Amino acid sequence: MAEISMSAGRFRRLGETDRPSVEIEVDGEQVVALEGDSLLVAVLASGRTLRRSEFGDGDRSGFCLMGACQDCWMWTAEGGRVRACTTPVRAGLRLITQAMSEDLWPIPA
Amino acid sequence: MIIVGAGPAGMRAAEALAAAGIRPTVIDEGQLSGGQIYRRQPVNFTRRYEALYGADAKKARALHKAFNALQGRIDYRPETLAWNLRDDVLHIVTDGVAAALRFDALILATGATDRLAPIAGWTLPGCYSLGGAQIALKAQACSIGARPLFLGTGPLLYLLAYQYLKAGAPPAAVLDTAPFAAQVKALPDLAVRPGFLARGLMFRARLRAAGILIENGVEPLAIEGEGKVAAVRYRTAGGTERRIACDAVGMGFHLRSETQLADLAGCPFLFDAATGQWRPDADRDGRTPRAGIYVAGDGARLLGADAAEAAGRLAALAALTDRGMEVDMAEVARLRRRMERLDRFRRGLATAFPWPARLACAVADEVIVCRCEAITAGNIREAAVGKDAPELNRAKALSRIGMGRCQGRFCSSAAAEILAEARNVPLAEVGRLRGQAPIKPLSMATVKGERP
Ligand SMILES: Cc1cc2nc3c(=O)[nH]c(=O)nc-3n(C[C@H](O)[C@H](O)[C@H](O)COP(=O)(O)OP(=O)(O)OC[C@H]3O[C@@H](n4cnc5c(N)ncnc54)[C@H](O)[C@@H]3O)c2cc1C
Ligand code: FES
Repeated sequence: MAEISMSAGRFRRLGETDRPSVEIEVDGEQVVALEGDSLLVAVLASGRTLRRSEFGDGDRSGFCLMGACQDCWMWTAEGGRVRACTTPVRAGLRLITQAMSEDLWPIPA
Repeated sequence: MIIVGAGPAGMRAAEALAAAGIRPTVIDEGQLSGGQIYRRQPVNFTRRYEALYGADAKKARALHKAFNALQGRIDYRPETLAWNLRDDVLHIVTDGVAAALRFDALILATGATDRLAPIAGWTLPGCYSLGGAQIALKAQACSIGARPLFLGTGPLLYLLAYQYLKAGAPPAAVLDTAPFAAQVKALPDLAVRPGFLARGLMFRARLRAAGILIENGVEPLAIEGEGKVAAVRYRTAGGTERRIACDAVGMGFHLRSETQLADLAGCPFLFDAATGQWRPDADRDGRTPRAGIYVAGDGARLLGADAAEAAGRLAALAALTDRGMEVDMAEVARLRRRMERLDRFRRGLATAFPWPARLACAVADEVIVCRCEAITAGNIREAAVGKDAPELNRAKALSRIGMGRCQGRFCSSAAAEILAEARNVPLAEVGRLRGQAPIKPLSMATVKGERP
């Protein structure tokens, strides 16, 4: 039976824990989250960090939580990109904390 | 007519337009309406309004109810980003599908984000903006750590520390860069909102009673840790150096308006010397000199949530008047008086919780100012002096400061200070970063399309 972590995380859950659990994968490892979690909370409550800075200055774990700083982007196993603070968890999502390619920030025409 | 933003300002604007028989389109990036202060929790969360919004529960409930009641009379588009504005056309994207909306009138109620100054170590995992730390609690029932420390200045600093205490995550300390004397000096202006003042004092008293250290007039020196936050080092008002262990930091220095769309619309901006920030020029009703463009709420002037509601209504009434429609002038007069009173409060806030310009100027060369691309204070100084950049946009071209994916939202206040200091010119002279589309990064898969 999958259990959510209550204390080991970077973020601590203070309530609302009576929600169904959802499983996702981060860098190939299973992470148990709760329905209604943002991806950011799901990952940080499990004790991991969100991403590696592309500029070589270490791990990052988001900053503003309101979709403004863009310091919480993660990558999906399918090659997509998600903003972890504004994206809700979805069962089966496979996330990656490090960019695979250089082509990161396309500007649309 | 289009409204961007479904916070208190945008919601009240929508209500006023709908009451006049107009069906406005309301664009908001969030999944749920409410904006910052009245942000809603996910639908499967069960905390009550009183637990979520404290003393503001009644206002939150009233506003949510009023907006829900508009269903069917407005074209509300959640999870939709307004990313560009050109020639009276607003460009939006919903779930990867882009569309262009022509408008006669556009009310920008885009709100604010935290205003930041860099501190050594602020990119460490575990360091968040004060607003971010509040969203963790409000929207996700989480604390940012087991022993969070709150640092910076502004009303949110104390409110948040109190909210964490009440939620069962007592802060390690509250470190305010503003001297206590500044808060005393601002009392007459802050007294315009007696309730606000009383609550501020109550927060302090409760934190103290819980044994939480509150320090005023501090100089933050560094956020320390290996791979995660472990401590904050600072200098007290008395000049002693101290270090407090913690596993998370919430930091921020009051707010800055989201003004990118007003900028793309070609609205002229004014420099506000009291706060050192630029804001879109507008009359007391929110009319900008660009015909058909209105600004309201924190995105126009940082007056707080009550004023945002009034400003949203005022801007809507202004748009209706400009369309030749009859509006209740007695209500307009009442709203204007209310806004004037609250503007005094805004000045009080600027006095009580001053932006720490000196801290920003003095930041060491090796400290990262731009979180997006790890551009340092030294890089900016090099652009300012070595490469002779007279203003921010030139400094941006030369150092990449403000070019990252947050578009300068979190570095530009400090970058302007560093540039002005390095060039030895007044802050207003280095100007402001020009807004650029897309104002937030779009998904790689964005396609053109027309929403049914
Ligand atoms: C993080 C944070 C926390 C705060 N907490 C408190 C508090 O607890 N108590 C208090 O008194 N005050 C608080 N404030 C101040 C308070 O939020 C404001 O006074 C009030 O919410 C302003 O209302 P508004 O309608 O102007 O903007 P907001 O409430 O900020 O609403 C703006 C809305 O516009 C949307 N938006 C912006 N740009 C776009 C775009 N390009 N496309 C689509 N949508 C867009 C946003 O998603 C948001 O929903 C807080 C401010 C912040 C930033
Ligand atoms: S944490 Fe800032 S955009 Fe997600």
